[in-house]
Amino acid sequence: MSLLELRDLSVTYAGDVPAVRGVSLGVAPGEVLGVAGESGCGKSTISNAVLRLLPKSARVGGSVLLDGEDVYEMSFGRLRAVRWATASIVFQGALHSLNAVQTIGRQIAEPILLHEPKTSRKAADLRVGELLEQVGLPARRAKDYPHQLSGGQRQRVMIALALACKPRLLIADEPTTALDVMVQAQVLQLLTGLVKDLGLALVLISHDLSVLGTTCDRVAVMYAGKVVEEGPASVVFDDSRHPYSGALAGAFPRVGDPRFRYAPAGLAGDPPYPGDLPPGCSFHPRCPVAFDRCVSEEVELLDLGAGRRAACLRAGEGS
Amino acid sequence: MRGYVLKKVGWSIGTLLFVVVFNFFLFRLLPGDPIGLYTRGRNMSPDQLVRLRQQLNRPISEQFVEYLGNPFASTINSTRFNRPVWDIIGERVWPTVLLVGTAVLVAAVVGVWLGIRSGWRRGSRFDRITTGTTNTLYAMPEFWVGMMLIMWLPFFPSGGINSVGVSGFFATAVDTAWHLVLPVTALAVVYLAEYTSIMRASLVDELRQDYLTLARAKGLREDLVRRRHAVPNALLPTMTLIFLNLGFVIGGAITVEYVFSWPGLGLLTAEALRGPDIPLLQAVFLLFSLGVIVFTLLADLLYAVLDPRVSTR
Repeated sequence: MSLLELRDLSVTYAGDVPAVRGVSLGVAPGEVLGVAGESGCGKSTISNAVLRLLPKSARVGGSVLLDGEDVYEMSFGRLRAVRWATASIVFQGALHSLNAVQTIGRQIAEPILLHEPKTSRKAADLRVGELLEQVGLPARRAKDYPHQLSGGQRQRVMIALALACKPRLLIADEPTTALDVMVQAQVLQLLTGLVKDLGLALVLISHDLSVLGTTCDRVAVMYAGKVVEEGPASVVFDDSRHPYSGALAGAFPRVGDPRFRYAPAGLAGDPPYPGDLPPGCSFHPRCPVAFDRCVSEEVELLDLGAGRRAACLRAGEGS
Repeated sequence: MRGYVLKKVGWSIGTLLFVVVFNFFLFRLLPGDPIGLYTRGRNMSPDQLVRLRQQLNRPISEQFVEYLGNPFASTINSTRFNRPVWDIIGERVWPTVLLVGTAVLVAAVVGVWLGIRSGWRRGSRFDRITTGTTNTLYAMPEFWVGMMLIMWLPFFPSGGINSVGVSGFFATAVDTAWHLVLPVTALAVVYLAEYTSIMRASLVDELRQDYLTLARAKGLREDLVRRRHAVPNALLPTMTLIFLNLGFVIGGAITVEYVFSWPGLGLLTAEALRGPDIPLLQAVFLLFSLGVIVFTLLADLLYAVLDPRVSTR
């Protein structure tokens, strides 16, 4: 059974801006689900929607089931109990997500003391030390303020913070953006290790396909607030059924593969503004294989078998 | 941290030196015969005049060195009171400290509270009423507020610090507090408006920050998100402003002290300006500048304590 299940989730921001339009996804314990897409496609909105962290002005449709329980039906007390204890988020941009005037130790201990009120301060401090060492930071750094750490260290603090209450679901929103390749590899190894060791369910949000391809079991590609293709990570990018995933994969050339030497890489144009989407398939203005039906027909995800889905009229044609 | 403190103290001393030098030469540049200014309206023997003139006739460099040696001691008495200026100032400092201190304290506590409440619920009825009221209050001159208070609340004393015939420590304290009500209100009302709007604005700035989303995601109650995370961060600019203002408030109390005949430094300045009482003014200016410098330094040091980022920057 899925630990997290999104059913036809839609989020509309104030001013009638649909950021997420009917997304259905699920992730089971011990599984890594990747969510890919350009900036502004609704990836981060989904991560905030899971714990009901969107601004009050945002309208949410569909449902978010966490362990079978609808997050949007919960009382506030129940919601607060679920937040961080069942599901936690590694937020994007560690510098701004940490409180600048509190030591990181205090910030990591805060949810522990909140969700396990019987914990003594001393025991919490010990846990903080363990958590920091788990992410490869010496325990004494707990006394440091966020500005005293490097970007990579802060990112690891965010992961330690997210693990503080031993959640069963971890949503990592661009956890490796702005990190150099070495640190990026360390952080990813850490995350996948946790999935294996603790049986966590991990949702890995990233725009970097090389990251997703190597770490995820399944990948969902998003475009303009919709999932356009979903399937096992190994096949989505190598044998994509939606021209957008194909274009994304083409933008990451593989050294030594002659295909990338001759094929034009990249995708012309910009993603559409969510408040002003084109009719029909919202990808058609940029699509290299679009035909007349794409302009008028709204395309739903089609089941292609073998756990694959794609939202393209030509998906059945094969590659 | 130590380097930061040393740097700030060094700057303060430098500023103070500049003020001392400026304060000395400014009064030497005033037009007219200084003897005439110093002695106006007083009977002085020719003997005394000669001695005074001799004092002023020495080379300016010599006088400057003497002044630098101890700028807080004036060799020339106040012309209005005919007493050493620092004796007079010593008597007048405490009423001002009491008045301004109480007013700033009241304004800071109430202003910060109002700012937090209205900023946290931005756009609410409470916010609209508070913002409208404080903007109106901010636009009103303190002395006018003082005059209106005297007219509207005639059961409070309209001036002075004590009634005649009150004795005993406790009775005097109560009587002084009673006299304090109106001048403190007049001063506090205006500063309150400033503190409220600053606190509100900085809290509204913090509301958009990512660390508050994280605090909510941790499962904190809204009031804890506000108390533990938003307010401490939003307080930083407000605390600095309150301390910076304290320095200026001593000089700013002139009009209020005048309206309420409050025997403090402000009223003393107004009296000295009428003379003009040059030695007294010189001393008062130096004191006001010192106030601004000291409180600016305190604001800097306090900021470093509250915000760990400052001292390492």
